[in-house]
Amino acid sequence: MLPYILRRLATGLLMLVALSMLVFVLLRLAPGDPIDAYVNPNVAMSQAEMDAIRARLGLDQPLPIQYLAWLRAAATGDLGYSIQRNGVRVLPLVLERIGPTILLMAAGLVIAIVIGIGAGILSAVRRNSPTDIGFSVIAFFGISSPAFLTALLGLYLFSVVLRWAPSGGMLTPGAPFSIGDLLAHLVLPACLLSIGHAALIMRYMRASLLEVLNQDYVRTARAKGVKEFWVIMKHAVRNALLPVVTLIGSTIGIAVGGAIFIESVFNWPGMGLLLINAVDTRDYPVIMGATLIIGACVIVVNLLTDIAYAAVDPRIQVA
Amino acid sequence: MRTAPILDISGLKTVFRIGGRQVAAVQDLELTIASGETLALVGESGSGKSVTSLSIMGLLPRAVGKVAEGSILFRGKAGQARDLTKLDAEGMRHIRGNDIAMVFQEPMTSLNPVYTIGEQIAEPMRIHLRLSHKDAAAAAVKLLADVGIPDPERRARQYPHELSGGMRQRATIAMALSCDPVLLIADEPTTALDVTIQAQILDLFQKLQAERGMGILFVTHNLGVVAEIADRVAVMYAGRIVETGTVADVFRHPRHPYTIGLMRSVPRLGEATELRRKGIPLPTIAGSVPSLMLLPKGCSFAPRCPYAIDACRADVPPLYETGSGQKSRCIRWQEV
Repeated sequence: MLPYILRRLATGLLMLVALSMLVFVLLRLAPGDPIDAYVNPNVAMSQAEMDAIRARLGLDQPLPIQYLAWLRAAATGDLGYSIQRNGVRVLPLVLERIGPTILLMAAGLVIAIVIGIGAGILSAVRRNSPTDIGFSVIAFFGISSPAFLTALLGLYLFSVVLRWAPSGGMLTPGAPFSIGDLLAHLVLPACLLSIGHAALIMRYMRASLLEVLNQDYVRTARAKGVKEFWVIMKHAVRNALLPVVTLIGSTIGIAVGGAIFIESVFNWPGMGLLLINAVDTRDYPVIMGATLIIGACVIVVNLLTDIAYAAVDPRIQVA
Repeated sequence: MRTAPILDISGLKTVFRIGGRQVAAVQDLELTIASGETLALVGESGSGKSVTSLSIMGLLPRAVGKVAEGSILFRGKAGQARDLTKLDAEGMRHIRGNDIAMVFQEPMTSLNPVYTIGEQIAEPMRIHLRLSHKDAAAAAVKLLADVGIPDPERRARQYPHELSGGMRQRATIAMALSCDPVLLIADEPTTALDVTIQAQILDLFQKLQAERGMGILFVTHNLGVVAEIADRVAVMYAGRIVETGTVADVFRHPRHPYTIGLMRSVPRLGEATELRRKGIPLPTIAGSVPSLMLLPKGCSFAPRCPYAIDACRADVPPLYETGSGQKSRCIRWQEV
């Protein structure tokens, strides 16, 4: 088990290096310049002065030199300084944003898993009933609506029209911290983030359980006199979960993308919001640092998924 | 017959709804099993033998299949005969795995891959005998030893994929025996196994029956297995029993052309090589089993029967008593 984890972490490290290289090159291919965003547009600045700033930041060096310099520092845990926020180090900036993002994503995924698996089981057990058809129609809409649309519609409906939830932020400004306040802010973005995933998980769970219900061992369980409820929950669901666990693992990477939209719509102080602002202002070190940390999180989560898979299915030997 | 029957089926008709039509998969079925007795139910695929066992268990696919007529009288551990067709789902559940247990054909797929062997054997004892987890686990290890699995403590902790096919079938037998059932239904339990393993499993059934005295309904298409294990045999064709009697009687003097055809179709080692040398194909029964949706009028076997006369195609023949408990559904039984 331990050698397997170490090996996976080592390949994960290589993937991170490749990822940083890719992000670095793509950023420089995109038009725009950090200096344009850096300078105050109301103050006239000569080309020479702008070149001097570039030289000070090392942006006049050839790209490979710039990248190697970044990589060398990153290897020692130094992700540099934000170009746009004077003197702010990237690492603490990113780390302070990661908590809210993990909270939002975890809440969204938990909601998606509970609703998706629950609805999937009900749909499969009551196949072709009104319940099943109702869930399928809802899931169809859930899968087909893009995150930016559901986020805006949800914000409008629940915050503006119904006023059930605050329209943004993580805590009420100025108010003392309370869990209730945090949850009130969390519920709406987390639910909206979960929609697409819940729908996908529900469809997978339904299909997987329908297949399992036809298996011989389910008939064996009935032949033993097991109560129908436990035939489903104990003998069928655990087997049906196997492909769903893989699906959940692989959607976590996608959930990061969804979280970025949700965070910008709800002004949630997470990595997504940080990243969008950094891209707008071409704040290269922040973009590099944030993608690196997000990439590391996805790699760790995928590893955890594989370990979870081995825990659910005794036939899988993690080695 | 040693004692009063534990199972007494009469006039059973099981129907399936297929494309808006009701099709009888089993009809006019009569059979009895006494405790300590083994009845073999023989027939080709689609003859209704598995449907018969699922009807007894109350495990017909609910959406499409149901018992339409007849009664299944069963005398369980409580000693009182009850009609299983009149029991509700909960009443049937208390009988399944407890009074009547079943061993299935495919040991590879009939065990749940994500639970240990010990857990799966212990489960019915926790449900029906209300044993604690600990007692049931200990009883499961003992059962594994009873069915001849070496190192039962270790095997109980293993998962199905860690056992061979023969071992798994022994484990499913242990599971079926866990609550000491009155009736054991074995649906082709040796079909998926190697021949040498088959013989071991058959021996195991006989040994366990001698020890525990349960009745066995042994469903098979293999006449060799019938000769080895059964006291009586019932031959099924197109949903009806066409011949029944003691194994000795039926094998020595078959009174139905279908039974004769079946027995002729079993290749014997010497004979088969002889035929091959002469280039003669192995004997078969001409034609194929009719679709249950398109059963011919009269005797279902008539279109394939060398003895068929016009009278055969008029009405379904009754079961004729041909002496010493043997019965045949053939109007020309005296001539065949």
